[in-house]
Formats: sequence, structure tokens, C-alpha cells
Amino acid sequence: MAILLDADAMRRALVRIAHQIVEKNQGIDDLVFVGIRRRGVPLAERIAQSVALSEGRRPSVGVLDIGLYRDDWARRPFAPVEATTFREPIDGKIVVLVDDVLFTGRTVRAAIDALLDFGRPRVIQLAVLVDRGHRELPIRADYVGKSTPTARSEKIRVLVREVDGLDQVELVKRPEGGA
Amino acid sequence: MTNRDDVIRIRGARIIDPFRGIDVKDDELHVAGGRIVSRDDVRDGSRPVRVVDAHGLWLVPRLTDMHVHLRSPGQEWKEDLVSGSQAAAAGGFTIVAPMGNTDPPVDIPSLVEWQRHRGDAIGLVRIFPIGTITHGLQGERLADLYTLEQAGAVGFSDDGRVVASARLMRAALSYSVSLRHPIIEHAEDRALAEGTVMHEGDVSQRLGLPGVPEQAEALIAWRDVELAGLTGGRLHLAHVSSLGTLAALAYAKRSGLTVSAEVTPHHLYLTDEAVEAWDYNPVTKVNPPLRPQSIRQALIEAVVSGLVPVIASDHAPHHADEKAQPYSAAPYGISGLETSLGTVLTVLLHSGRMNPVDLFARLSKGPDQVMGLNYPGLLTGAEADLTLIDPNARWTVDPARFYSKGHNTPMAGEQLTGRAVATMCRGRWTMRDGEVLEADGE
Amino acid sequence: MQDLLGLEDLTAREIDELLDLAQALREVVDRPIKKVPTLRGRAVVNLFFEPSTRTRSSFELASKYLSADVINFSGSHSSVQKGETIWDTAQNLTALGVDAVVVRHGTSGVPRQLADLLRVPVINAGDGSHEHPTQGLLDLLTVRQCKGTISGLKVAIVGDVLHSRVARSDLFGFRALGAEVTLVGPPALMPDSFAGPGVRITHNLAEGMRGADVVQVLRIQRERQAGGYIPSLEEYRERWGITRHRLQWADADVVVLHPGPQNRGVEIDSDVLDGESSRVLSQVTNGVAVRMAVLYRLLGGTYDEPR
Repeated sequence: MAILLDADAMRRALVRIAHQIVEKNQGIDDLVFVGIRRRGVPLAERIAQSVALSEGRRPSVGVLDIGLYRDDWARRPFAPVEATTFREPIDGKIVVLVDDVLFTGRTVRAAIDALLDFGRPRVIQLAVLVDRGHRELPIRADYVGKSTPTARSEKIRVLVREVDGLDQVELVKRPEGGA
Repeated sequence: MTNRDDVIRIRGARIIDPFRGIDVKDDELHVAGGRIVSRDDVRDGSRPVRVVDAHGLWLVPRLTDMHVHLRSPGQEWKEDLVSGSQAAAAGGFTIVAPMGNTDPPVDIPSLVEWQRHRGDAIGLVRIFPIGTITHGLQGERLADLYTLEQAGAVGFSDDGRVVASARLMRAALSYSVSLRHPIIEHAEDRALAEGTVMHEGDVSQRLGLPGVPEQAEALIAWRDVELAGLTGGRLHLAHVSSLGTLAALAYAKRSGLTVSAEVTPHHLYLTDEAVEAWDYNPVTKVNPPLRPQSIRQALIEAVVSGLVPVIASDHAPHHADEKAQPYSAAPYGISGLETSLGTVLTVLLHSGRMNPVDLFARLSKGPDQVMGLNYPGLLTGAEADLTLIDPNARWTVDPARFYSKGHNTPMAGEQLTGRAVATMCRGRWTMRDGEVLEADGE
Repeated sequence: MQDLLGLEDLTAREIDELLDLAQALREVVDRPIKKVPTLRGRAVVNLFFEPSTRTRSSFELASKYLSADVINFSGSHSSVQKGETIWDTAQNLTALGVDAVVVRHGTSGVPRQLADLLRVPVINAGDGSHEHPTQGLLDLLTVRQCKGTISGLKVAIVGDVLHSRVARSDLFGFRALGAEVTLVGPPALMPDSFAGPGVRITHNLAEGMRGADVVQVLRIQRERQAGGYIPSLEEYRERWGITRHRLQWADADVVVLHPGPQNRGVEIDSDVLDGESSRVLSQVTNGVAVRMAVLYRLLGGTYDEPR
């Protein structure tokens, strides 16, 4: 196991993403963050917090559960679904989707489908903490904390304080053909 | 084939003869010309002797099932007299008494004669018909009971339906004083039973199936016992299954009334829990319904004590399609001829509850006396109706192997101990090693 | 969980999981665009051998909100009347490629028999006087939304418990989750064997409702009068009807439920039904969410693995 980001590196990556978001959108008007459950949610909260420190106002953070939009659910064991909640309507807004890892792109595809069922955002952007490659769909992130090449057999574990008790991103090597 | 004049010597069997109250080990018996003959009769060597080695087996006379439904005439898709006779022989029986609720019902002498003669022609079992009590099973006026009796009926019953009118039941019991055979009642209060499909109790309440209280049977049983007292008539209560009925029987016995009763093997073996265990499969649907353990225990005790002198199967075969319905829509009934003996031996003998003489009395002497047939037992000159039983054979009930057309039984898959291995009717083997011999009538 | 046949078969944990799921899915029902692609390409048959507009519509919408295709098959105009057994009918329908069977039948046990026969999940939408598990779940969900929890609540189920599949599912569900259940009604309509740990029976409405947090009012059928279970609907109302005055016997924050359709002025008065304690409309909305949860639970996950 190798540590890709420690707590401090993680913090700096999120602050940098917050700045890039403000810069690219020329402010925070109409900006809404939506975290993809589970670990995308605390990451979105922290980015929103950074934005609040620099801009004096905190954009709202919604929670999106994509369980109902997966295209692989029949092949996975039953997974509980939790509620999707937005603090404000997303019509005409700039929605920044936040997730921990960008891998095949299927989760983001499901998240975009889900978002569009709730309204018609003006723009959807994507922020991820780690981009590990191996895309299966034409999807790219607008904001990336760290890009890192990986082997398919490897696993990226993102730990966040709110869920896991510490902040850290690990690269776990798994034997080829393993689970 | 055995020639009718050949002598059959059955040796080595334990002979259990409830008619004479004897139980003799390693005895032998000779049969010739359809009757029991003495050793002296065959000693001259003029006739060939076929020896049957029956060591380890039990030999019992004239097993009788006085309550079966052979469905003919009219419902031959369920059973006919050939398949019913084969089932009887396979089950070890030499007499069956089919109920008269056929289509048309057995309420005229020609049908009694037809059933009887057809049974003789088939030659596997003696078919002694039960005529109806009322004309057309309508419960309105008595059938010509004496005429039916003259034609060969050995009892009278509207089985499947109660004689609802107390006045009519009084008339039937009263008339029976001048007859030789009993009035057999299907005791069930119609209003209480209407729309119900199983015993009313905690299982029915949990399963949400409409239940009938056991009192529906007892009410009519008590009514009929009172009417037997009033008339001096000869009453037999079919398939009893309630504590109140047992109380009525005990009262009748104390009062010296001519009242008898039968219980079925399935009521002795199963409880209403079977309805749940079978996942609502209507194979468990039977009338009267399977009862809870407390009643089952009381029924066993009543058979052991002799309060109930008869065990009868209420063999009620149905076509598979008829039972392939939701519980409420399916017909009542269990195909019982081929499991009766094994069930009874398992529940009553191997549990140590009864000795063989008393146990087999419930299947031979008991029904003989109720129907007034007067078989003397295995005496020289008596008709050679007997069964060889392996009391320790362990087997699993598989309805696919039944001779009966009706495969409907909740005994399917049960492991039983004891079964008939050979049946002889009129001195001729009708079943050996589970194989029924060719029916003559076809 | 392969099928949903009754709440009696479920553990408290399984019930809680279904309620959590239903609570999450309730959000979909409240969206302007009520459609998620979850069961796209799956087909569900509603096999109703007993007329029911409400439950069938609720299942139909639940399937549609999850993007499943739905066939409605009603037993009254169908091959069932042409000599085919209902087992043939069900097997034929699943041979068409149906992925789940929702069944209602007037005879108890038909869903269980179908589940034994079919390789696809079977959902009981009400069988005879046995169970109506999705109704039980929606009652639990509605109460949980109001009270936060089920455990420790005093629940009165009032009316014809004997013939009510709703009462059985409610009883099993509330009991499993730790509520204290009181069955209240005419003696002839009380299944006495249900009394036991966590369940008591009374014929006295005042006693049964005293301090109740939840009152589930069951529909009383006119047939019960003909059957001799009660003298008349008027007398029934007199003794067991829920009126505004009698509601004061219950806890001040009592939640009143009714599975519908209601006989206004018989088992429940209009001012109770339309009053502030009544949750009958949220029951209906929750019904869709609960049925979505059940479909998702049974058609998702391990479905591809051999049964």
C-alpha cells in the first residue's frame, strides 16, 4: 500500500479546487455543489467551506444518491439507497458535482442522469479528488486534486475524517485476478 | 396361476386373529377352494400343495375398510372400480365399503347390485356397497333402505353431507331397528361449517383460512346419539374428529345404545399444522379437517380404549387438476387406501400403544361387527380372506406408485413402518410383494 | 429475501431495511419528474384475481416510477375462466419473460403457492384473510414518519381483525418492531389465539384506545351483519365506531390510520378521517414508496444469481 495524499496534501488539493472553481466561474453566483454519496458529500462540504472563506458566502451543498441510476445494479449485491436532497432548485444553476475518485466514468454518468431528472442546470461541472484513468465513457473532470496513473487491478481508497476517521488517499495493490 | 383346487399352505407366520382373540407364533394355515381348510383335509395328498414361507410375517384375517369412495358410477376420472379394487388389494384390504355419494347416487338396488357384481368380476376385493339414507342424497325422504339391503347394501349413509333434518334422521334410525345394517352419519352442522376449509384454531387464525370449530361435528353427533336413544336405532358415526363427539360416544356406551364410530388414519397421524407445512397446498384439505395435537391425542386414546372400534380410511381420490386449485376452491379428500395400514401400524403399534390383536380388530372385527357381517375368523370353512404383513418394513409414501387414480395425500414423503406384503381374497392372491395381480374384469 | 409473502416471515431488521429504503424512495414520489431508470428493462405483472383499483394502481405507479414495464392481468376476464388453473396462468406469464409477479387473490396462501412454483420473486398484494404485507409496511412507515420510531408505541387495531389481512400484517409488523398492540372489536371478530407477548385483546373500545399512540381503524364489511358476527352496522358504530369524542381517549398526539376504502359514519366519522390526527393520505403516498422499495429490494441485487 502506498499513500498518495496525506491529510495535509488532501487539504491543499481541495483548497486549490475551490480556487479554480471560483476563478473559472468568475465568482460564486448561481453556484451549487452536489456531493455524490458517500465520500463525495464531505468533500463537497469542505470545498464549499473553502469558497466561503475566500468569498464570504457559502454555496449550498446537495446530496445525490445514484443507487437508482446505476447500470450495474443487477450484478451487485443489494445496496440500500438513501435520499437525494437539494437545498435549492438546480434549474439554471451551475452545478459542481463532487466525487472522490474518477475511474470508469459510470458513476458520473449516473449522477448526470439523476441530476437531469431534478431539473435543467445551466452548466454541470465535475470536481474529483483523484483521477486514476481507465475511462469507459467520454467523461473528464473540470477540477482534479491529483491525477495518478494506476493499473486496473489496483484500488484507490479515499478515507475522509467524517466517514473513516482520518484523511488519506491510498493506492492498494491487489493480486491480478483477485477479488 | 394357482388352481382353485390347489392347496396353499402358509407356514411360519405369526397368526393374529382378532375375531377369535388369538395371537400364535410360527403357525400354519391351509387354504383350498377359497376357504380355510384343516390340516387333515389336505393330508391325503390328492391335491398339489403350494407352500408359502411366511416366516417373519404376520397373518391377519379380512382387513376391512368400511369407508371408501370409489367414485363409480359417474366420476371415473377420479377412480373406478378397477383402480379402487387394485388400491384396496395393494393396501392389504379384502373388503371395502364404498359410499353411495356417486353420480347418480346409490339409492336404487340395481346400483348396489352393479357395484357388488362388478367387484366380484374384478375379483381383487369384496365390494360391499353402502346405500344412501335419503333419496338422491337430497335429505328429504328416505331411500328404500330394505330394498337396498336386500340388494346387498351393508350400511346406509349420505356421506359427504349430513342428514340435516333431525326428523329425517329420527326416521332413518327408527327404521334401522328393522334392518341388519347401520345408519352411518357424516356429522357436521352445515351452518357452522359453511364456507370453512380447515379446523378453527390458532393455525387457521394465523394462516387466515376460514375455520370450522370441532363443535360443528359434536352438535350433530350428540343429536344423533339422542335420536339413537329415542329410537333404539343402529348408529355409526363416520370419521369422528372432535372431543365432543368422543364424549357423546362415551355417553352412548354408558347408556347401552347401539352406537359405533370410526376414525381415519390421517386424523391419527397428522395435525392442522400440516396445512402450514404444506404451504397451503390443498392436499391437506379434508372433511372433517385435520385437527390440532390435543384432539389427535384424544382420538388415539379412543381407538386404543375401544371407544372407537373402527379405523376406516375415508379414501377420497381426486384428479390432480381438481386439487390444483387455491385452498378454498379445491375439493376435500385424501387418497387413503394405500397408506392406511402403514399409518396405523406406525402410530399405534410401533409406538407401543396397542397390542396387535386389538389393533387389527379395529381393521377387521370392528367393522365386521358394525356392519353385521358375522365373519367367524380363521376357522375351518371360513372364507379365505387374509393379509400377510411385514410389521417392520420401512417405506416412504410415494403417491406416484399408487394404484389408485387419486395421488392426493399429505402422507406423501412420510416414512412409515409396516405394510402389507401379500393379500388373499377368496383364497386367491390379489397382491404379492406390492404387485397387484391382474384384474379379472378387464 | 426472495419474495414478500407476509410480514410474519420477516425479521425486525429486514422490516427496518425496507422502511429505510422506502423513506429514501419517497423522495422520488415527491419529485416533479417521478421517474428513475432503476428497473428499466424489467417487467412486472400485476396478477389480480380480486378487484382492487387502489392497490393495483399503487403497484403500477411504483413499477412505472422505477421504469419497469407493467402488465395488468385480472382474473375475472381471463384464461382462468377457460379451464386453465391459476398455476398455469402464472407460469405462462412468467414464461413471457416477466421478472416479478404481484399477486392478489381471495384465497389465503395463493402467493405462497405461487412462490413455491415460480422462479421469479412473488409479491403478495393481499391474500384472503391472511396478509397484505405492503399495506403493513406503509402503515409502519407512516407511523415512523410521525413518531420517529415504532418501538414502545401503543397501537390499537380496531375492528374486524378476524377477516382482515391488513390487521394480520400490521400485527406482525408492529409486534416485530417492539410496539404494544391491542386488538379491539366484537368478540366474534377477534382471533383469540393472537393474544400473547406484546399483543392483548379487548372488546371494550375505551380500554383499547386508552393512551394509544396509533389507532388503525379497519373497514367493517356489511357481510359481517349477514354472517351474524355483529347485529348491525348501526350497533357496530355505537360500540366500536371512531368518533371525535372517542379519539380523546387516545394520546393527544394520536395518529389515525385506515387502510381504505372507508365507510364514513360507520367505523370512522368524517371529522376524524378529515381531522388533524388522520394520516390516511400520507398512507396512500407512502404506499407507492413502500411498493417501490419492495420491487427494488426483490428485483435488485442478487437477482441474477440462481435461486
